[in-house]
Amino acid sequence: MANMNPKKTPVPEQDPKVRACNFEEVTLGYTEEMAIEEAKRCLNCKNPLCRAGCPVSVRIPEFIAKVAEGNFDEAYDIITSTNLLPAVCGRVCPQEKQCEGKCIRGIKAESVGIGALERFVADYHRKHKNTSATAPASNGHKVAVVGSGPSGLTCAGSLAKLGYDVTIFEAFHKAGGVLVYGIPEFRLPKAIVQEEIDNLKDLGVKIVTNAIVGRSFSIDELFEEGYESVFIGSGAGLPQFMNIPGENLLGVYSANEYLTRINLMKAYLDEYDTPIKRAKNVAVVGGGNVAMDAARSAKRMGAENVYVIYRRSMDELPARREEVHHAIDEGIDFKLLNNPTQILGDENGHVRAIECVQMELGEPDASGRRRPIEKKGSEFTIDVDAVIISIGTIPNPLIKSTTEGLETTPKGCIVANEVGQTSREGVFAGGDAVTGAATVILAMEAGKKAAAAIDEYIKSKQ
Amino acid sequence: MYKIVSKRFLNEAKNVIEMVVEAPLVAKKCLAGQFIIFRIDEYGERVPLTVADYDREKGTVTIMFQPVGGSTRMLAELNAGDYILDFAGPLGKPSKTEGFKRVAVVGGGVGCAIAYPVAKALHEAGAEVDMIAGFRSRDIVILEDEMRKSCTNLYITTDDGSYGEKGFTTNKLKSLIEGGAKYDEVVAIGPAMMMKFVCAVTAPFDIPTVVSLNPIMIDGTGMCGGCRVTVGGKTKFACVDGPEFNGHEVDWDELIKRNGFYKEEEAEHICNLTGGVRRHG
Repeated sequence: MANMNPKKTPVPEQDPKVRACNFEEVTLGYTEEMAIEEAKRCLNCKNPLCRAGCPVSVRIPEFIAKVAEGNFDEAYDIITSTNLLPAVCGRVCPQEKQCEGKCIRGIKAESVGIGALERFVADYHRKHKNTSATAPASNGHKVAVVGSGPSGLTCAGSLAKLGYDVTIFEAFHKAGGVLVYGIPEFRLPKAIVQEEIDNLKDLGVKIVTNAIVGRSFSIDELFEEGYESVFIGSGAGLPQFMNIPGENLLGVYSANEYLTRINLMKAYLDEYDTPIKRAKNVAVVGGGNVAMDAARSAKRMGAENVYVIYRRSMDELPARREEVHHAIDEGIDFKLLNNPTQILGDENGHVRAIECVQMELGEPDASGRRRPIEKKGSEFTIDVDAVIISIGTIPNPLIKSTTEGLETTPKGCIVANEVGQTSREGVFAGGDAVTGAATVILAMEAGKKAAAAIDEYIKSKQ
Repeated sequence: MYKIVSKRFLNEAKNVIEMVVEAPLVAKKCLAGQFIIFRIDEYGERVPLTVADYDREKGTVTIMFQPVGGSTRMLAELNAGDYILDFAGPLGKPSKTEGFKRVAVVGGGVGCAIAYPVAKALHEAGAEVDMIAGFRSRDIVILEDEMRKSCTNLYITTDDGSYGEKGFTTNKLKSLIEGGAKYDEVVAIGPAMMMKFVCAVTAPFDIPTVVSLNPIMIDGTGMCGGCRVTVGGKTKFACVDGPEFNGHEVDWDELIKRNGFYKEEEAEHICNLTGGVRRHG
């Protein structure tokens, strides 16, 4: 008998006042009892819309049924048959727009807590390790993967499962891409990312760090070295600025820089050498997940006031709902319908304030969202000593400029079809390098589809 | 892990160190003007250093540095046979060395370690190269023999006159230009203040002047934007658009301010270190 409680079993969280001062994970996750109780809310629909809403088609009702039975190991195997990074997805997917957004229970009440259950199963597996991946027999074919973010890891893992000899090339000293440099510890603990990567290594995937494709070697050289196909999952790493006066003042950062200092370089911990400024009043410009991460990180670095400056309203805020709620609970001040016009500095070149203009919403634009329009003469300033620009990123031009015949869009995104095939034979691409900045799960979907296409491509050549 | 093959001090004052590091992937590709990023250990910063030399066959890369901040001071403590955890590159665009008739290369202090391979590459490409190398005093002069071999004329200046000609590199450059030297290009590599003044010398003569910038950066691949500089009124990332730029277009005052942003942290960081150097494990 299904549990007909209209509300989701709440997921325990750290108290907002406490967590705003530490980098430990905000959401604590279900206990076994809570997971079973929540799993029993699933109606096990004959036509599971939740599954259709999942970019990597996780067999949701099947794994939830196993959780309801208390059979967590089998639930894990069901999830990982289609999703190689469940501990990550359970934490960072925008479930409200995907699986949970389609859940029948969500029509009249709250949807099943699919994300929280996925996370529980992945965490249970990490703690108990009753099953572990083993490398399948090699099929003797070599594939190179450029970039170790979500798309690269998924592509590599999917190919390794088919017996391919896969090597990932990563420009940084650590694998994980945005999962390690971008998403903060309090949302996605790095030890979890590391374990997901170790799982891929168990499958036989090799990872070469400090290898900058486009500089250390070109895509063409990878083919010369015997790789039969290359997957480019190099992400969208190049931060955009607003091109307003004052953006190069001291104390203005890209969100990438601010978050990289904290997450990848661990500047928030005393024993690490990379410095970070502890600002008192911080303005974060932008309304995406990265803006939420930057704002909440600034709070944890001791800021008294953190403002999120976004030019549209709460309804258009693109960040994941849970992150917005968490940010509000932690005391982040949302300055909505405002757009920065300039950043003001003191005599030493340090940021002292940000000037904004108020906005109102007009008719919907091409994106379907109501277009923000400036209210003339409504400029005002907010005193801040740091500004974090988080208005998006575009793909790094390095691969494009060093790979002949690789077609890109005017925005620098690699042109690829729905399975990742680029304009170059044998070269596939996916994730943010193709779409521009998007989500972890969409990058994973692209990596997975490209892996299938690469498999088909290599087989077709035999 | 990247093995340090050899280490030597380049001057009497022992404040500039040369290290040859085993890094085959970097050695295979690097060119004059490019840089690497090292990270000494798990707790280390990512620090950019320009490539001073390389040996493609041996798979080694030579770096030269002055121990000034915490990371370079820790690097200076390592010896031949020790390992550096990370050594990534080559990064940045290489120097343009083809097609010049006569060039002046101006190096300041430890900047000479980077200026000399550029001079060498220009010289090997057929240009007549005047190298002006400036130091505070005699005891910190580096690479005199190497520089002499890599250029047509070498002029050494010291601020205090204890070696070579007394004065700054800019004085020497100005007197050479005023004496009739016709340079297609001037390359300046050294402290930002020196590069700024070299540009001030060459601007009235309309001599194209290339400078190699070394702003604060983290990744070196275009990802953080910490290294942004204003060149010709536009924001550029030194790591991917540079590190070399048209010196006449660089906003020097902004660059100098930005480079001083972490001075306090750097000072505090050093005082926290035991005997000047952090040790783990």
